[in-house]
Amino acid sequence: MNFLNGITLLLAYQLVGEVTVRLLGLPIPGPVLGMVMLFITLLIRGYTPEPLNNASSALLSHLSLLFVPAGVGMMVHFDRIASEWLPITLALFFSTLITMVVTAAVMHFTSQWLSPKPSSQSAEGGHDE
Amino acid sequence: MNEPVITDIWVYLSASPLLGLTITLIAYGMAYRLYLKANSSPFANPVLVSVILLIVLLLVTGTSYSEYFEGARFVHFLLGPATVALAVPLYDQLSRLKALWLPVTISLFCGVVVAAGSSIGLAWILGGSLEIQMSLAPKSATAPVAMGISETIGGIPSLTAVLVVITGITGAVTGTRLFELMRIRDDSVKGIAMGVAAHGIGTARAFQVSNQMGAFSGLAMALSAFATALVVPWLVDLIGI
Repeated sequence: MNFLNGITLLLAYQLVGEVTVRLLGLPIPGPVLGMVMLFITLLIRGYTPEPLNNASSALLSHLSLLFVPAGVGMMVHFDRIASEWLPITLALFFSTLITMVVTAAVMHFTSQWLSPKPSSQSAEGGHDE
Repeated sequence: MNEPVITDIWVYLSASPLLGLTITLIAYGMAYRLYLKANSSPFANPVLVSVILLIVLLLVTGTSYSEYFEGARFVHFLLGPATVALAVPLYDQLSRLKALWLPVTISLFCGVVVAAGSSIGLAWILGGSLEIQMSLAPKSATAPVAMGISETIGGIPSLTAVLVVITGITGAVTGTRLFELMRIRDDSVKGIAMGVAAHGIGTARAFQVSNQMGAFSGLAMALSAFATALVVPWLVDLIGI
């Protein structure tokens, strides 16, 4: 029952998110808005109810599984990918690496400049290149 | 006597969602055990391994993707509630988040612009068609968002979904090693970079490293879904495509 309540709550927030996005014509997906609304609810309540905690950790502990069906969709696009494999693979690979490097570097430096935390900063050193 | 019975069973199974759902779970279970056996090496990424297993199985048995998806969509559907569920680990990291909101905002914006700009630019330099460039542009956002953006800017939404998954796998496989090379040890920094570049698959990998990295990756994934939806169509206009 506990777990069921948690799942019901998650689905209800997703539903409200989907409906709001469609009513207001927002350019974001319903579940993302649902997440924001649940986050605001938790901020107001000040704690996470136990059923919600159980349901969310159960779902998130196997998050990778949920991407498998979309990944198998690759078989539908074999021809397209084969005919432009070079730009697709290289652009995808290097763009992903560049994005991680730039984001990590910006986050690293701005968090040192903008919110100094003496205890952890000294231990970190900060030798990025 | 035996042959027709087997054929009947096969006809029943291939028409019911049971088969697609069950083989997805079995393939993932096998891939996950392999991942643990390989000492959690990111190269044995469970999504990568189970996708390969399933494609081989479908090709060998001559099953179409749409037949398979009849069952697999029950798993696919859970992406929605799982996205909502990210609010919980995020709330658990509230105090860190309060201290870091400005760096998070700045790096998120830079990350989203670089993700879209570099994929369009690289695909263009390498001679990719406009359709491919546009299908690649939103690849770092989570699947449902990326598909919507791809459609508005002239990409192929279903191809984008596949590229999104490959991007996630790439980030999950290379991320931790990359951060080691950059000598970044702060899990909140690693989480933000992983979530911006590799959405939910990166976030799944981040949770395997630590709860803190997972929570920040989930945050970055959620916020970059917003940011990508706002920035990418504008960026495409700006480059004048």
